Amino acid sequence: MNAYVGTPTSRVDGRAKVTGAAKYAGEFAADGLLHGFVVEASIARGRVARLDTSEALKVKGVVDVLTHEHRPPLADKDEAWKDEVAPEKGSPFRPLYDERVKFNGQPIALVVAEDWEIAKFAATRVRVEYEQEAFSTDLESERGKAEKVDQPHKPRGDAAAALTRAAVRHEADYVIPTEHHNPMELFATTAVWNGSGGLTVYDKTQGVQNVQKFLCSVFGKEPDDIRVISPYVGGAFGSGLRPQHQVVLATLAALALKRSVRVVLTRQQMYGLGYRPMTIERVALGAKPDGTLDAITHEAIAVTSRYEDFSRNDTGWAEQLYKSPNSNFSHKLVDLDVSTPSDMRAPGAATGVCALECAMDELAVALKLDPVELRLRCYSDRDQSQSLPYTSKQLRECYARGAEAFGWSRRNPAPRSMRDGKELVGWGMATGVWEALQMPVAVRIVLTANGHAEVSCAASDIGTGTYTIVAQVAADALGLPIENISVRLADSTLPQAPVEGGSWMAASSAHAVLGAAEEIRWELARLAKAMPGSPLADLDAADVTLTDGMIASSDGRGAAVSIADVMRHSKLERIEKEKLNQFAEDKSHARNTHSAVFAEVKIDEELGIIRVTRIVNAVAAGRILNTKTGRSQIMGGVVWGIGMALHEETVMDHRFGRIMNANIAEYHIPVNADVHDIDVIFVDEPDERINRLGIKGLGEIGIVGVPAAIANAVYHATGKRIRRFPITLDKLLE
Amino acid sequence: MNNFQYSRASDVADAIRLLAADPGAKLIAGGTNLIDLMKENVERPSRLIDISRLPLRDVEETADGGLRIGALVPNSDLAYHPLIEQRYPLLASAILAGASAQLRNMASVGGNLMQRTRCPYFYDTTTPCNKRSPGTGCSALDGLNRNHAILGTSNSCIATNPSDMSVALAALGALVHIARPSGQRTIALTDFHRLPEDKPHLDTNLGSGEIIIAIELPPHGFARNYSYLKIRDRLSYAFALVSVAAAVDLEGNAISEARLALGGVAHKPWRSLEAEAALRGQAATPDHFGRAADLLLQGATARSHNGFKIDLARRAVVRALMQAASATPQSQAHKKIA
Ligand SMILES: Cc1cc2nc3c(=O)[nH]c(=O)nc-3n(C[C@H](O)[C@H](O)[C@H](O)COP(=O)(O)OP(=O)(O)OC[C@H]3O[C@@H](n4cnc5c(N)ncnc54)[C@H](O)[C@@H]3O)c2cc1C
Ligand code: SF4
Repeated sequence: MNAYVGTPTSRVDGRAKVTGAAKYAGEFAADGLLHGFVVEASIARGRVARLDTSEALKVKGVVDVLTHEHRPPLADKDEAWKDEVAPEKGSPFRPLYDERVKFNGQPIALVVAEDWEIAKFAATRVRVEYEQEAFSTDLESERGKAEKVDQPHKPRGDAAAALTRAAVRHEADYVIPTEHHNPMELFATTAVWNGSGGLTVYDKTQGVQNVQKFLCSVFGKEPDDIRVISPYVGGAFGSGLRPQHQVVLATLAALALKRSVRVVLTRQQMYGLGYRPMTIERVALGAKPDGTLDAITHEAIAVTSRYEDFSRNDTGWAEQLYKSPNSNFSHKLVDLDVSTPSDMRAPGAATGVCALECAMDELAVALKLDPVELRLRCYSDRDQSQSLPYTSKQLRECYARGAEAFGWSRRNPAPRSMRDGKELVGWGMATGVWEALQMPVAVRIVLTANGHAEVSCAASDIGTGTYTIVAQVAADALGLPIENISVRLADSTLPQAPVEGGSWMAASSAHAVLGAAEEIRWELARLAKAMPGSPLADLDAADVTLTDGMIASSDGRGAAVSIADVMRHSKLERIEKEKLNQFAEDKSHARNTHSAVFAEVKIDEELGIIRVTRIVNAVAAGRILNTKTGRSQIMGGVVWGIGMALHEETVMDHRFGRIMNANIAEYHIPVNADVHDIDVIFVDEPDERINRLGIKGLGEIGIVGVPAAIANAVYHATGKRIRRFPITLDKLLE
Repeated sequence: MNNFQYSRASDVADAIRLLAADPGAKLIAGGTNLIDLMKENVERPSRLIDISRLPLRDVEETADGGLRIGALVPNSDLAYHPLIEQRYPLLASAILAGASAQLRNMASVGGNLMQRTRCPYFYDTTTPCNKRSPGTGCSALDGLNRNHAILGTSNSCIATNPSDMSVALAALGALVHIARPSGQRTIALTDFHRLPEDKPHLDTNLGSGEIIIAIELPPHGFARNYSYLKIRDRLSYAFALVSVAAAVDLEGNAISEARLALGGVAHKPWRSLEAEAALRGQAATPDHFGRAADLLLQGATARSHNGFKIDLARRAVVRALMQAASATPQSQAHKKIA
């Protein structure tokens, strides 16, 4: 009985979004609202020696200038500043805490005024003197200082020896620059002062409860004092996982001034938030002549800040994906005078798999093997890192379906062999892999006698479609038309949810909805059975389903009572049930999504112009709850992958430790002209083990493998291997 | 952004008066460049003189058969103007190669000529930059200079002029009409922008108190054999690494007249009469085009990151001339290079 799950249901919040009815954090009004503008440090390391706010305070309309010397108290223990997703090691950044400058672009003051423009103007009147200290922001020059992080990697066999004896060997560095998320919506917070010391905080975040707990601990507040709401998020991609500067600053100002305050970061200021850290990925592969791997080593060296150790699993993918008896992995960090990196779409995989899959392509060339064939020879039905079977893994099918749709069999393997007029044509491919995670999420359903249900949960919808899938699952489970379901999300007072990230929210929220709906069904069955002359009297609660507004026997003999009748008879206006999802603990299986990406590029070699004319992305990710929003997710990932391959790079001048392209005119992402055909294929992947609905999640997998497939296509077109991303024309012309 | 006064000019004379009255004043037309720079605190005008409503929006034929284009004609109106499309398609193409549709709707002809460099240091007030703060030094010389100039540079500044439209105007031999307190004057577009020398804070030869009122195109528009080829880091909506405006007249396969200008390589649109002269009378072959490119690029020098531009420019010139000669101009809608 799936009227909605698995169908291309349109977004339930689509109309609100396109008509402007959907309100974002920076759009909530409040009486007497003040506006804060952030003053940032312009050095990479040192201390603020003098901060003179007197000129700024003289500007008409300025209410106050908050600084580390002039602010309400802030918690002094690191623990208080550690949010749900803070790195384990380190001391989180504290805005306006003291005079230390830890990175360029760090907030050092907040000008609060009656008007945003006034605040912005007055910000230019804040005089700052620094004591600068020697600093470094350059990963490549500091590479030698890299330190290994603890990771549960188990080396297998003797990789060094196996590499030495390998019949065919490939080893290279792949360099992926720092990248920024650049979500469309600016980071914003409106902190509404409610008179009695409490605050309602509208924030752009991926986790309202994370922000709520964080604010309470940072400002020493009771849980009831602060409520955090974030009904819509205009993209975040990981940048909104941790509470960001603006929410601390808006809250700080509201508490200091006992007024409502809004702080909106500018696009430029958002480059002071988290980012995908630059990594140097060294991959070595040793193969036997038959194209099976005998050795894999993968070392990733990534940027982190001096105050926190942020690291992601760049090398874990090489560890699990391909069969290889000998392997060794290490992840290293270099501390630099920069802000702490953050998760960014498929963190660790977008980069680590990019390096691995470029290396696999180079190995295929060395072995004179078709790149798909090489992957099939190294294919593993078990997760190699833990030697576990998968709950499901249809990667083989991804290769087959993707290759078929792409026309891979017509590929001439020789580089520079395919042409279209003046352009060289290149075909490349890569594997993608991500995790299928699930987290504790609770959902409350309130069913009313008129046949409507409200489903609520603190989870965010960061544009991924959570509103829609929650409505779909609820409509199916309650047997109601989707129009009768209203969904409330992202309010910290609603049932528990972690941050929305890691592609875990679809499975987690859907199963919480199922659980709560089940309790409603039991309650309805109990009530229905108790009605005099009930046709369901002799049935177990387990033997009824909810369908078309009826409680009906599941055996199809037609016995049914309408929900409305049951509730009227029981004199109930509403039935309310809240349930935490439950997933069976299962350490015996690995859980992953996979993909096979095929890319076509056309290159004007003389001028170095690359066009990505086709991408086929065949994805195996369990059951697809909504083929329309799901397809959008994958397409978005592919577009981003094009950007990673060809455009994206945060450029720093290491003499100043400053980002020099902190705006989206100069920080390039793909524009329409850069995006051509994208074909998304969902490979059937029934999975009865992972969870009841067989859901794995789709947020990240779409980007993984795309940059490598494009880089490999560029090689196939030109015979040039570019291992330093993005692949810009100067590198091609070199 | 600083606090500023705002006045709306009632006519050109009023605008000139307002300019003369306040040395810190700036004209504002479409605002697409000026406002960005104000937000970054790079421009801090004491007063904005809004000229956007002045009656300088006409495209008129001149007595000698050329066209006179008002300084406030929006870039998009100009690109799609029937007379421009038919008679000066090189100009239409160059305009459409720049910015985005939304920006072109706002941008004016005068503002486009006056737009400032995209050098990242110029935009970042915390870094030294001779153009923004004379005498502080040039951060680009030994810094990030991948998209900086290779021609006509000085030790004070290696910035490029980012305008696409100006490159076509330079090739077409356009004139700039300027109003000033003492009347009007006219200068060639190729003399309008200047080289940085030791005064990089001056982008153009427009004097303080002067206003661009129109540009004028000579009668000959090279409507048959032209191409505007722009090479950039993504297929649209990016400033040129190198761009070429190429136009030729052919008699059979022989070139009777040639025009060639480069964008993205210097502080001004780069034209070389010598290179054009070398093409005259020659057959339209890649060899001859290559020789012209060499002449055009004579003296090109690179800094640490922009060396690729020299070779790229040469190739782009040859390709653009090929496109022009074969009457297959680069399409700005389809990004495949012809
Ligand atoms: C994201 C982005 C991308 C862009 N990409 C490109 C590109 O690829 N190619 C390209 O060529 N351009 C590009 N541009 C620049 C765009 O073309 C210019 O911003 C625009 O042409 C400026 O015109 P305006 O009328 O808005 O000028 P304004 O911003 O109003 O003014 C700019 C300057 O001109 C002066 N001025 C204006 N009118 C006159 C006049 N009549 N007489 C004297 N001085 C005057 C002003 O005082 C000011 O100093 C881009 C801009 C942006 C923001
Ligand atoms: S190149 Fe010119 S604009 Fe750029 S930093 Fe140097 S002086 Fe300034």
